[in-house]
Amino acid sequence: MPAPVHPLMPVPCRVRRVARETHDTFTLVLEVASPPRFRAGQFAMLYVFGVGEVPISFSGDPTEGRPIMHTTREVGTVTSAMRRLRKGAALGIRGPYGKPWPLDEARGLDLVLVAGGIGLAPLRSALYAIVARRGDFGRVVLLYGARSPADVLFAREIERWRNRSEIESLVTVDHASRSWAGDVGVVTSLIPRLAIDPERTLALICGPELMLRFAASALRTAGVGEERIFASLERSMKCAVGLCGRCQIGPSFVCKDGPVFPYDRVRRLLEIREV
Amino acid sequence: METLERILAEHAFFTDLAPEHLRLLVSCAANVRFESGQFLFHADEEANQFFLIRKGKVALEVAPPGGPPLTLQTLGEGEILGWSWLVPPYHWLFDARAVEPSLAIALDGKCLRGKCEADHDLGFELLKRFAHIMEERLQATRLQLLDVYGKR
Repeated sequence: MPAPVHPLMPVPCRVRRVARETHDTFTLVLEVASPPRFRAGQFAMLYVFGVGEVPISFSGDPTEGRPIMHTTREVGTVTSAMRRLRKGAALGIRGPYGKPWPLDEARGLDLVLVAGGIGLAPLRSALYAIVARRGDFGRVVLLYGARSPADVLFAREIERWRNRSEIESLVTVDHASRSWAGDVGVVTSLIPRLAIDPERTLALICGPELMLRFAASALRTAGVGEERIFASLERSMKCAVGLCGRCQIGPSFVCKDGPVFPYDRVRRLLEIREV
Repeated sequence: METLERILAEHAFFTDLAPEHLRLLVSCAANVRFESGQFLFHADEEANQFFLIRKGKVALEVAPPGGPPLTLQTLGEGEILGWSWLVPPYHWLFDARAVEPSLAIALDGKCLRGKCEADHDLGFELLKRFAHIMEERLQATRLQLLDVYGKR
């Protein structure tokens, strides 16, 4: 993507497809004249003309030439408008922004990815990148928690990665009827099952902030140091370039110092009760 | 073939147990097998056992009136199932059903209760271990209750 004239100026793009993932989650597949080169974990600002702009992580394959994808829940005015878009509709996009998942630092190491709910979307991008160079990493495990079986995202892809790419995966839901033959319980309860080698493990965690805290705690109990745990944070964003301060958390800006942070840098901040 | 003594000795739950206590537990232990769909126990039955799941998956279920059974939690390989044998009135609170063919070691809770009363050191060792499990399950249940994936 050519550098915008102004860092806040979106570039026009078109909707190629809107894919329904669950009852309230969808993926936008975009047609961008000069697609942004992004790294897994980064995000873009998507602008629905006349409605508003929101930050959404890239959820597709970061390999050059792959379609640009963003997966989001319908939670407010802008995402509701996005969900009603049809093929050919115009959107604005600017980005990529933010610090990506530390996959280069993870070379030669084991990776544990812990995702909760929509948090799997930014980690899907990481999984594509990992699969593309699977030999660079040791053991790779995905732990995924969702609210119910109907809320599980990307089930077919998880199965495909398990079968073809030696990605171990455990999926659990918080609530289920007997028709669900998988695990039931919070995703953090899967961590003790793993027999992690803490000295050669990097953990990537993404999901609701409460879940992040419990997941980090469970990983620490398993011996993984906080400097080896990386969390993707979410905050209300406006400029995405570190100017407006809307996404500030302590001394850091989620837009430019994150969204991916080493957990030891943000743990105390996440424990502060916000006013 | 692995002996019960070796399996229990090597399991994290029984780490650091005194040899004489381990032998007591082994004397109360037996291999059990459950087919898919088979119940290990039902709510309100006397709780006189606990299980070390060796293979497979067990679902803790509750059946609300007029509705289908709901799964509260699943437990798998290496996990401990059941603490109601330790807590009066010693009745199961939920149903436990094998989700898939499962192997477990069943430990006689009624027998162990008597042994714990006679040997408080054994009682304390078991209580410490089960307290840890209860704490983990309580924290997990609290997190489930928070419904963190729900809309805010």
